[in-house]
Amino acid sequence: MRIADLQEGDSRTAIVVDGLTRTQLVMYAGASGDYNPLHTDEVYATQVAGYDAVIAHGQLTMGLTATVVTGWVDEADLGAFGVRFKNQVLPGDTLTVTATVVSVADSTHGPEAELALSTVNQSGVEVVTGYARLRSPWGTVR
Amino acid sequence: MSFTMPVEAGAILGFARALGDLDPRWYDENSPAAQVHGGVTAPPTFVATVAQFDEDWPYRPRPGVPWHGSGKGPGTPAPTSGTGTSLHAEQHYEYFGPLRPGDVLTVEREPGKSWEKHSARAGTLRFEEEITRFTNQRGELVVTATRVRVVTERPVEA
Repeated sequence: MRIADLQEGDSRTAIVVDGLTRTQLVMYAGASGDYNPLHTDEVYATQVAGYDAVIAHGQLTMGLTATVVTGWVDEADLGAFGVRFKNQVLPGDTLTVTATVVSVADSTHGPEAELALSTVNQSGVEVVTGYARLRSPWGTVR
Repeated sequence: MSFTMPVEAGAILGFARALGDLDPRWYDENSPAAQVHGGVTAPPTFVATVAQFDEDWPYRPRPGVPWHGSGKGPGTPAPTSGTGTSLHAEQHYEYFGPLRPGDVLTVEREPGKSWEKHSARAGTLRFEEEITRFTNQRGELVVTATRVRVVTERPVEA
């Protein structure tokens, strides 16, 4: 899918994680270098930090959210991407992302699209809201 | 502060796997998925791995230095947050070029704005902005990252 194929109001919804595991949190900690025990150490998270369980890295939820954009409009690159973390993501959560095209416009380096992003858990509670701006792939403008 | 961060193919693959994202765009140079982008690029949030190269990153155990996570005991409160919790409130990226395996990024970080808010759930909330610029080996600014951190007075219920 290219930006030129998008129209305002188009949207895509996909499940990005079906029952988040603690092991995925460990994978993300190792890959990112964020070893905050709040994300991987259940003893610490419950007995010291006062949480019900370990909580997911916000950046993991952000990264998962991005996969819907890159997987959908795969013939584009991101020019901007931002999120607000609204609620905690916990082990066992299933996250669904909806990306909606807000606008499509021409710019000096080709068509651009603005997307609104919303990620909800299995109870319909929004965990992340955000935006993405898509532009032509880097490879085509060298 | 300033330091360097290599963009490595294996690190990109491990990062994509941690996201459950097996798109060949991130690891197979010859795949059509990567070729559309002029070759392999890193996923949008890959610069989060900067923590691996940041000497001052507080959330990495170091030999000989007490760690606040559990071991024989349950651990101790995080050094940066007192009795509350340090949480990530917002994250914004702006992209000016791709990150490709083999790139070496110069990372420059500076504090941004800071402000306070009161919350019934978590007491006084202190927000702090931190801006990080990533410049590649050709001197091209490729990504700017703005992280907004919030430190709560007490734990926040999920």
